Amino acid sequence: MAISKMIGAKIHRREDPRLVSGGGRYMDDFKRPNTTYAAFIRSPYAHAKIRMIDPAEARQAPGVVAIFTAQDFEGVLTGPAPVAPAFVAEKHTVPDRPPLPRDEVVYQGQPVAVVIAESKAEAADAAALVHVDYEPLPAVMDLEKALDPSSPKAHTALPDNIAWDLVYNADADASFAEAEVTVKERILQQRLAPTPMETRSVMAEWSPHEGSMTLWLSNQGPHFIRLFVGGALGLPENRMRVISPDVGGGFGAKICPYPEDYVVPAAAKILKRPVKWTESRTESIQVTTHGRGQIFDVEVAGLKDGTLLGMKVTQYLDAGAYIGTFGAFQACACLLAGGGYKWKQIAARTIGVLTNKVSTDPYRGAGRPEATHLVERMVDIFAREIGMDPAAVRKKNFVQPGDFPYTQNFGLVMDSGDYERSLDKAMEIVGYEQLRKEQEEGRKQGRYLGIGLSTWIEICGFGPAAATAPATGGIGLVESAQVRVYPTGSVTVWTGTHSHGQGHETTFSQIVADTLGIPYDQIEIKHGDTGEGTAFGFGTYGSRSLAVGGMAIRMASQKVVDKAKKIAAHSFEAAEEDVVFEGGDFYVKGSPDNRRKIQEVAFEAYGAALPEGMEQGLEAVAYFDPPNFVWPFGAHICVVEVDPETGAVEMLKYVAVDDCGNVINPMIVEGQLHGGIAQGIAQALFEEVVYAEDGSLRTGTLLDYAIPTANEMPPLTLDSTVTPSPTNALGVKGIGEAGTIAASGAVINAIVDALSPLGVRHVDMPASPDRLWKQLQEHRTGLEGYHAVAVADTPEVDDAPRRGGPESELPGSLDEGEIGKTGGQAEPGSDGSPQEGPRHQEDYDQ
Amino acid sequence: MKHKVATTINGRGRQDEVEARLLLVHYIRDVAGLTGTHVGCDTSQCGACTVLVDGKAIKSCTMFAVQAEGHQITTIEGLADGDNLHPIQQAFWDEHGLQCGYCTPGFIMAAKYLLDTNPSPSDDEIRKGLEGNLCRCTGYVNIIKAVKTASQVMGGAAQSKPADVGQPVGQPTAGS
Repeated sequence: MAISKMIGAKIHRREDPRLVSGGGRYMDDFKRPNTTYAAFIRSPYAHAKIRMIDPAEARQAPGVVAIFTAQDFEGVLTGPAPVAPAFVAEKHTVPDRPPLPRDEVVYQGQPVAVVIAESKAEAADAAALVHVDYEPLPAVMDLEKALDPSSPKAHTALPDNIAWDLVYNADADASFAEAEVTVKERILQQRLAPTPMETRSVMAEWSPHEGSMTLWLSNQGPHFIRLFVGGALGLPENRMRVISPDVGGGFGAKICPYPEDYVVPAAAKILKRPVKWTESRTESIQVTTHGRGQIFDVEVAGLKDGTLLGMKVTQYLDAGAYIGTFGAFQACACLLAGGGYKWKQIAARTIGVLTNKVSTDPYRGAGRPEATHLVERMVDIFAREIGMDPAAVRKKNFVQPGDFPYTQNFGLVMDSGDYERSLDKAMEIVGYEQLRKEQEEGRKQGRYLGIGLSTWIEICGFGPAAATAPATGGIGLVESAQVRVYPTGSVTVWTGTHSHGQGHETTFSQIVADTLGIPYDQIEIKHGDTGEGTAFGFGTYGSRSLAVGGMAIRMASQKVVDKAKKIAAHSFEAAEEDVVFEGGDFYVKGSPDNRRKIQEVAFEAYGAALPEGMEQGLEAVAYFDPPNFVWPFGAHICVVEVDPETGAVEMLKYVAVDDCGNVINPMIVEGQLHGGIAQGIAQALFEEVVYAEDGSLRTGTLLDYAIPTANEMPPLTLDSTVTPSPTNALGVKGIGEAGTIAASGAVINAIVDALSPLGVRHVDMPASPDRLWKQLQEHRTGLEGYHAVAVADTPEVDDAPRRGGPESELPGSLDEGEIGKTGGQAEPGSDGSPQEGPRHQEDYDQ
Repeated sequence: MKHKVATTINGRGRQDEVEARLLLVHYIRDVAGLTGTHVGCDTSQCGACTVLVDGKAIKSCTMFAVQAEGHQITTIEGLADGDNLHPIQQAFWDEHGLQCGYCTPGFIMAAKYLLDTNPSPSDDEIRKGLEGNLCRCTGYVNIIKAVKTASQVMGGAAQSKPADVGQPVGQPTAGS
């Protein structure tokens, strides 16, 4: 690569002048002439039969254009919403998800009818007049109860609630037989609402004369939406244009197609008028996909010297009422459960469970935060069990720099890393040794400081076609780019990725500027419109845009240079191999003073004096199929003080040393980390989607669903190491999800570390003051003695039964048969497997 | 039944007939056509719709359009001086204080009021001053930095009132 000026430079974002001026164009800012507005009628019940929908009164309301129910879309919409195989190719039960249900609703907020009116207000008024007669049915809200054969079913027609049940690796017994120490824990991942600040919004316009549809929506991957929604409408790609303008955040919740994404264009087609719908926040928290919602039962085996040997992990995943389009992707938590450590064996099993809730689907990290959280928790629990410093245990077991490419336990090949270096750097910045001393001193004074480590790794850059096509139903998640140099040297680049805050217009231009040697401000990046540019693009998620999309842009740019070089050689009357390209100039070796700028060559490319047989023009298309995934990594250290009287957690320090390979724009990388860490901290401390037993959402507004404000964020100290990826020519990895992947483990490890003198061994999320206080109450008969305990040794026995005691043991641990295959499974303890006793200290002894 | 409402938005007077129930934010977006003011929630938590009413930061979803009768409204579109960004806008750009940009206009308007009432806020005062606004992208780190930078750039100038701002309708609270 030529010495670059733009790549690696802190370039201020070109997106920002419009966004700070009110010039951003988000979905709800658009309308078309003669637009009508949709309001959805949604089920108040989590599970019910629809007896009757009576729209008669609503039809009389002012401004009503139409009221549609499922029957009205027969012949307009065909087929259920898609479910990608993701990491679970063979699913047990896949309930069909129609855009609107005919006779049964299976989650609260599910749309059953839609009112179309002349104004938003009239649509909302009329929607309140649509009478729906429901017959409530028992709802399955609890992941554990759902697995009981006697449980009600999430769908009355289905034999059980098992979405999938898959064993990746069955056996870790040898390493457990060899173990001196084993520890086990149940780790919960609460449901989270991704909560992009811009809710979803959809508008569709049907052109009857052309027989074509234009669909505008706030989405991370408009090409995918075209494929899905166009397919359901029976429209080929060239009759279906999907436009996703400025997107106000996505975080994974704007990947899949939603019922409204089908119903709005179908209504527009029937009415031959544009139809628009914008989701309210209350709707959004209720019906936009959630993330996480998992339980992990984990056991780790090791030696007293700190060597990790084996792990057994079972994931129970709350899929919701329908399997989300990419919901099974979250099963990748099993494949990443080993983290950045060497294990002899890891056995893993994933069980997807249907419940009467909205689907779970990717949310920032999707499976990788869960993997990191569980392995980082288990390493800490193991370290405490053997009385070793958690940093030392990590260092003893890290995959070492010389081991790469390293094939981990599930056959995935980790590309590069230097895990110890990032941990050392983080420990130095935070002052680890000094902190341990302060912690010791503090405990004598009744102050509970905690230091939490999270040495995270990530698989991202999806991804190799051979690996991802089977996981998507046939589409290899490669990426495409088209680069066009116009006669006077300005450049347009079309990419199949899309930005929802990542600043691609800036970073991608930096790559093109360096590759073509054309000034940065002469380059424009276009994305988010299937009607322009490349044939198919794959969108932005899974930290893939740079490592895959950026590479496609780089390759297309390189193709442009290759052609320009041929033209330049022709002009110079020199052999192509004698022509040098440097900083935007061509010259013949040995004659550096006689230069032709690439802009001059571009002009010639549209002229008459081309090499024989060469077509005019200077543009190229490239598809990049990466040879492997990329594997960023880093070390986060969180320092907290917990007040045992109130359970309040104060975050004192947060240090993050991350490595995403070569960096295009360090300012944007830091910004991604800030936001990612905030979301990880939010999971650890604040956020949880809570349902009542009857299936009503109890956290349906931003009053109840606590996303952090500026007051809740600690100061962050960021640093980095640079270990280039060998997977792509740019040497880049990904950073969009890293902060979230790392942070929850660091925070919870710090809290447990703080409270360990009080007998706390594990803490579930969110670690709210209420939860911590109650947990401390369980550990003590009262708080009176806590100062005394603090200065004494760690209590010998933690004999308070935790949530997840024997009653709540899940059936279907790794050792049991394949649940779900027989249409039901044994009750806990009745299948010959030993019933577990209460979780107390003995569980950790071997 | 429609009601007449006369307001001044970004220095330009206008008269409209609106429904009594029309929220100020929808008046600004749908009637006046100024879409830089965003809607991010329906319970007045997020602050994306923050505008200045007579110089005071108001979540425009908490007022009816008819209540704006006779008041001066400043939206994000009215902040820059022609092609020159306001120092707060410039600081958000310079400090990477935004990512998706959806919450940004609300933050900038809230920051404007904060700096008008407290030209040199501490980090804690900035956090408190912006606690009515939610951002999901930035972790607030660079937003706080941006407001700090803006306060430095604006210096004492922050205390003088912009031309289109009238008397505050209430007592300043943020940061005081």
